[in-house]
Amino acid sequence: MDKERIDQIIDKHDGEPSSLIQILLEIQAENHWLPKEALERISERLRVPMTRIQHIATFYKAFSLVPKGRHQIHICMGTACHVRGASRVLDTVQGLTGINPGETDLDLKFSLETVNCLGCCALGPVMEIDGKTHGKMAPAQTADVLKNYE
Amino acid sequence: MSRINSPAELEAFRRSLLSERDPNKTCITLCSGSACHASRSREVAASIQAELEKQGLNGEVEFRRTGCHGFCERGPIIVIRPEEICYFQIQPEDVPEIISQTIKEKKIIDRLLYTDPGTKEKIVHESEIPFYKNQGRLVFGSNVEIDPKKIDDYLALGGYSALAKALSQMTPEEVLGEVTKSGLRGRGGGGFPTGRKWAESRNAPGDIKYVIVNADEGDPGAYMDRSLLEGNPHSVLEGLILGAYAVGSNQGFIYVRQEYPLAVENVNIAIRQAEEYGFLGKNILGSGFDFTITVHQGAGAFVCGESSALMTALEGKAGEPRPKYIHTAVKGVWDRPSVLNNVETWANVPLIINKGADWFTQYGTEKSKGTKIFSLVGKIANTGLVEVPMGVTLREIIYDIGGGIPGGKRFKAVQTGGPSGGCLPAELLDLEVGFDELTKAGSMMGSGGMIIMDEDTCMVDVARYFLNFLTDESCGKCVPCREGIRQMLKTLTNITEGKGKEGDIELLEQLAEVAGEASLCALGRSAPNPFLSTLKYFRDEYEAHIKEKRCPALSCKALISYYIDPTKCQACGTCRKKCPAEAIIGGKNQIHVVDQDKCTKCGTCFEVCPSRFAAVTKISGEPVPPPIPEEARTIVRKSKAK
Repeated sequence: MDKERIDQIIDKHDGEPSSLIQILLEIQAENHWLPKEALERISERLRVPMTRIQHIATFYKAFSLVPKGRHQIHICMGTACHVRGASRVLDTVQGLTGINPGETDLDLKFSLETVNCLGCCALGPVMEIDGKTHGKMAPAQTADVLKNYE
Repeated sequence: MSRINSPAELEAFRRSLLSERDPNKTCITLCSGSACHASRSREVAASIQAELEKQGLNGEVEFRRTGCHGFCERGPIIVIRPEEICYFQIQPEDVPEIISQTIKEKKIIDRLLYTDPGTKEKIVHESEIPFYKNQGRLVFGSNVEIDPKKIDDYLALGGYSALAKALSQMTPEEVLGEVTKSGLRGRGGGGFPTGRKWAESRNAPGDIKYVIVNADEGDPGAYMDRSLLEGNPHSVLEGLILGAYAVGSNQGFIYVRQEYPLAVENVNIAIRQAEEYGFLGKNILGSGFDFTITVHQGAGAFVCGESSALMTALEGKAGEPRPKYIHTAVKGVWDRPSVLNNVETWANVPLIINKGADWFTQYGTEKSKGTKIFSLVGKIANTGLVEVPMGVTLREIIYDIGGGIPGGKRFKAVQTGGPSGGCLPAELLDLEVGFDELTKAGSMMGSGGMIIMDEDTCMVDVARYFLNFLTDESCGKCVPCREGIRQMLKTLTNITEGKGKEGDIELLEQLAEVAGEASLCALGRSAPNPFLSTLKYFRDEYEAHIKEKRCPALSCKALISYYIDPTKCQACGTCRKKCPAEAIIGGKNQIHVVDQDKCTKCGTCFEVCPSRFAAVTKISGEPVPPPIPEEARTIVRKSKAK
């Protein structure tokens, strides 16, 4: 992510330190992770110490300090999905991709995350890949779904 | 659109809006909430637009994409007005037929109607379907008629008339008085009296005060706030402006989770439109009252639903709670008086101002007034959002509206109040739903999540699930929560994995007491609730796990084994083909056997085994029978033997 774009985002928020979280969210949304250079630039421009930025970037779930894979898998672990067998879906996906929640595989193909309720409880258990919802998942079906991603 | 400068101008504008709208014009409304998006509502919408054009009906038929209708189980939903014909589970392929048959020929398509599961009768109208019929939708009802991206739809239903009334005919004290008199209590969790909170802020010293919408809905399984914000954002804005007027605030915030992109989008559009019309900004409706709203997106932290943590996050910091010796209503954001209410609470305010506290108090119980929206999810036939007057029983919600438990299973418990709440057993099904009633039973109202559990749900595992969630979400600031919950989780995990030992229950009880008493904020203080309530009502399950290493619900992976009953297996081969671990040995006319060493216990074989055979069983608390010897595995079919 180039410096100019980061500056544009900071300017949009008038360089206001209380907008720190909003700025980080925008960078995360565009770039899918927060590179160190971006954080340093924000620290410099907002005059917020790096420690506080690191605190925020690690406190909130939306931020990632490492690059993400081409496809983002979100397994819903909300209560409704849980009672309908979400943990079995998660186990299967972990087995198939070889990664644990929070990790990205070496080919940068998949990143796996668990989320707490996507609010599609009628479709549970739910797996979301790149924003597309796959509902009523069972372990056997997850393999079929994952095959479609390259 | 030009600015509206007075209540009279608003009424004139509303009249002109209504005169342009023909109530007899055919209008198709399509549910476009997040849950329906997941079921291809977007493709259905595109298909409706294309088909209306193709069949030359563009000017004659109105098409409106509304927010959530609540009946998520059957989404996407179409309602055709004025006849109120209701179609469910619409797919893009159904659209041409709907347009040519129902819209043009006025013929009803039976296959898309709701079928009553009891009588097998087809039901045409929304108001006759049990799911809707048994509700009382004061707050949520407008969702089905409003395109959330169009302020005019809200105005056509009388929107912003409460604001006009308050600004022109009522003093701030009178607005506050009406809300206090209504007995409205916070819909986000604690049930604190809204009027009292507002009064505290109003009377607090300081010129700058804030009002805040808490849309950081984090309870897993609860999504009513999202649906309100997505589907009827102006009702929340109007409530917030009224609150600001009552409290004496000129600046409001909406703290909304970034996980709710559609809610963020719709609320931003709503604010822009309200500004254009002059319901926000300077000199609102010529009253001299100024008010602006800023949207702040949360970055994903459950603890930020707690008031002081949310306010810290608003300041651009990590959302950690602080001790509340002084209420946030007096010292909140930047140490200024700040009123924080949940989305649903704010959406109730315009109704109270418009229709009066006396009207509002006719709904509900003595201490819990009005209605409450619940999200009915889990092992329930009709998943969805339901709004009922306080005081109805759990049974009415679960059976009359929710349609009971699917698959002929037995009801076991209902979990209310999210991770801070508890599980209530079948004996309490006749409990009336209200803030105090639920707390007394060992659970709580919370934000209104209702997760239904059947006989296949293990209650120890449910407690472990919530403590796992809370361990993950604990901000780590205070020791009783950070370490106490972690230890509880460790012990509970051991129990579900068959490593429980005598004394574990007592240890958990001690930990629960300390975390409950000594934690800094409500997250930690209420964290033991899922454990305490499941122990109270399902102690036998804990004991079975610890003493017999048995999971009575046959759910805990470490305590169960899958076994194929050799007398039932018909060698159809389905389980063998579907098993992701290749753990099933078998062949043509050979009784199948599970290789216990290879089995990952994913349960696929159990699910795919045809119900007419039902050969795969789960075993817990006893050893798996040895596999039958290979020479005895050949099946001799009766038909062929003859």
